[in-house]
Amino acid sequence: MKRLLLFAPFLFIFSLGVPLYFGLQKDPQELPSVLIGKPVPNFQLPNLLEPRVTLSNKDIKIKKPYLLNVWATWCPACKIEHPLLNEISKAGFDIVGLNYKDDAIAAQQWLLNRGNPYEYNLYDAEGRLVIDLGVFGAPETFVVDAEGIIQYRHVGLVDRQVWEQQLKPRLEQLMKPSSLMDKVLAND
Amino acid sequence: MIKRCLLIAFCTMWSVTLYAVVDGHQYPFDNDEQALRFKELASELRCPKCQNQNIADSDSIIAQDLRQELYEMVQSGKTDQDILGFMVQRYGDFVLYEPPVKTNTYFLWFGPLVLLLLLMLIWVVVIVRKRAATDVSVKTGQNNMQSYHRLLSDDTSNNQDQHSQ
Repeated sequence: MKRLLLFAPFLFIFSLGVPLYFGLQKDPQELPSVLIGKPVPNFQLPNLLEPRVTLSNKDIKIKKPYLLNVWATWCPACKIEHPLLNEISKAGFDIVGLNYKDDAIAAQQWLLNRGNPYEYNLYDAEGRLVIDLGVFGAPETFVVDAEGIIQYRHVGLVDRQVWEQQLKPRLEQLMKPSSLMDKVLAND
Repeated sequence: MIKRCLLIAFCTMWSVTLYAVVDGHQYPFDNDEQALRFKELASELRCPKCQNQNIADSDSIIAQDLRQELYEMVQSGKTDQDILGFMVQRYGDFVLYEPPVKTNTYFLWFGPLVLLLLLMLIWVVVIVRKRAATDVSVKTGQNNMQSYHRLLSDDTSNNQDQHSQ
């Protein structure tokens, strides 16, 4: 018994060390979003392409799950992910663009030069909707379902791997009629 | 002593009068109380982007925006609870440097206390055991001494007997 007790400190350190070691491998930027399962916050923002027109939640007339992408011309990673967004849009998925704290002219120029993958272009000069979404940088991408409920959040660059493994499967899952049926049944 | 306290109080009050300076930006306020609250809240809220800084220290875009939001909320007379609630609703408990007591933070809050109690328990057990052990050895030691003296005195008396013969 006494001999076994000698191992107690070792066991103690070991049991502390294991979770700490695995903690090291986690990305500290991946915060759990508080908004998952909640609707997209209310907004009233100018249309980036037609600044005199104001868009609000009910103006987003997308009847299927879509991506909400936060971007800016000052954000280097946005430059990298833009071609892929174009591709995603061409493949028939809808994306809503949320331009964040940007120069409107520069942002319009960006869309002209690089292509416009967005169904709607929101222009959030003061970062109001961005704060309401709990966003803390660009790029960030949300998966929103057909009812406007946020289902998933990706912080940082969307590359091919993220698209194929995280975003696309979720969009497709949400598009399945069965998941709609589940919701109808759950609501009953 | 009192004079010095008054002087310090005066200086601190004076330094936050009219505006709070955070990270080189000036935030004008109508009264000291609001300026002080703004400063305190800005240093209590964690910047979600640069995670080891509060929103008073950080110069990232989001920290600037959150400071602006905080500034407007303090100015419009919102309570601390309203403001912290607003932040938590958007960024989660993560933004608080002092996490709330919840089921998933019980370990964080009470773990150290439990560990301390456990260590004290072990300590007490070890001490009690040691004391019991020394008591026994002292007693046996005393017993040994007594029997030794007894033997010695027996011996000397025997010797004396022999001498007298």
